[in-house]
Amino acid sequence: MSEPKKTPLCAEHEALGGKMVDFCGWYLPVQYPTGIIAEHNATRNEATVFDVSHMGEILVEGEGAYDFVQGLVTNDIAKINTGRAVYSPLCYENGTCVDDLIVYPWENGNIFIVVNAANDDKDYEWIASHAPAGIKVTHVSHLWGQIALQGPGAAEIMTKIGLDSANKLKFFGAGKYQLLGAECLISKTGYTGSGGFEIYMPADKAVEVWRLLLENGAKPAGLGARDTLRFEACLPLYGHEISDEITPLEANLGIFVKPDKGEFIGREALLNAPARKQIGLEFLGRGVARKDFKVFANGVEVGYVTTGSPSPSTGKNLALALISADTPDDAAFTIEVRGKQEPAAVIPTPFYKKAK
Amino acid sequence: MAKVIEGLYYSNEHEWVKVDGNIAYIGVSDHAQDALGDLVYADCGAADTVVSAGDAVAVLESVKAASDVYTPVSGTVIKVNSELCDEPEKINADPYGCWLFAIEMSDSSELDGLMSAEAYDAFCKQ
Repeated sequence: MSEPKKTPLCAEHEALGGKMVDFCGWYLPVQYPTGIIAEHNATRNEATVFDVSHMGEILVEGEGAYDFVQGLVTNDIAKINTGRAVYSPLCYENGTCVDDLIVYPWENGNIFIVVNAANDDKDYEWIASHAPAGIKVTHVSHLWGQIALQGPGAAEIMTKIGLDSANKLKFFGAGKYQLLGAECLISKTGYTGSGGFEIYMPADKAVEVWRLLLENGAKPAGLGARDTLRFEACLPLYGHEISDEITPLEANLGIFVKPDKGEFIGREALLNAPARKQIGLEFLGRGVARKDFKVFANGVEVGYVTTGSPSPSTGKNLALALISADTPDDAAFTIEVRGKQEPAAVIPTPFYKKAK
Repeated sequence: MAKVIEGLYYSNEHEWVKVDGNIAYIGVSDHAQDALGDLVYADCGAADTVVSAGDAVAVLESVKAASDVYTPVSGTVIKVNSELCDEPEKINADPYGCWLFAIEMSDSSELDGLMSAEAYDAFCKQ
């Protein structure tokens, strides 16, 4: 194994006492001394910053960039023409997921795509290998730092740092803003379910932006809280809810699959009804139901947990599971934990929803 | 810096042992609770079970992971600290004040194979 890569903010995390781990080949803080639960709650109730500079960025340029990307992703990206970012799965011909990503409008009809760190190289190769003549696909991950400012206090912090204009963005709205003398891409997006912004800046500006956000009241939060937050909001994580063995339809992401928009890779396969479905479970037994634990309905194995965790916001022990599509919701569910069948019950998803 | 308490024995699995006569009280070290993070679940095992050194007796779960707690000494589990089931976060706050289970030792010479506070402190810094 090679040494994990460092984001431009690595020294900042270490100075803040971050507990550093190797995450997808990146050296990142799983938590700060405050701990996962406190960082989770600070995001739900105040405002936090996450270093997400490990995310990958790919620039697609040239005449026809829009049509090219439209033919790759499952969602309809028409909204990028109105200054919005668009979330979409990216699928193989068989309908399973290469990744999920966010498509941003860029200058001159070009397109900026943000992908998961774990899939950065794979996605770049996938996209580049499908590019027709005249389309240039460039891997630009190293040029960008990214910080997510999340939580109900995010808007106030944006005002304090002179970016009140970004508060006017709609959900998933995106634009270029000047911050500390640099041009930054800012969108009203996030991976926590608590609202906020994602700020992309030139890599050499990341430290200054990070410090500015902390000085204006944001608290640092690590990967551990990022995971519990996204889990409560039922936002998928590649390798868990979606993967190269799971389709977006199975993962309850059908609203991001638009066969009516025309051809795209995986369209044919995604016309069929999925064989499995994702459900939310409240785990009523002892311990924690974790990824890959087997799920049973009326004593018969029907699937497995894709993510399971205590949920700080609800105080419950929760799990997302991928199970046979024909399993009735009112079956007697159990999850096998260390060899024992422990009870669980179907509950609505998302587990956490921000108050309007 | 992880705290180490004098007068206890330590295992290389980061358990501590407090000896009272022939009874060994077992918990996890400050280093262990810090590495685990916020604890959300504790299963301290079952009384009246006969165990051998190295057996998994208790389970601690943090937000992120489950971790077995092994007994560093052989004998019979005579009691478990079931109060911790409801308040596992106490272990984060006071790891040396929270014993998980107590063992009536069948071979107290096993203690000789464990580390002193000083040796354990050095072990953690490796």
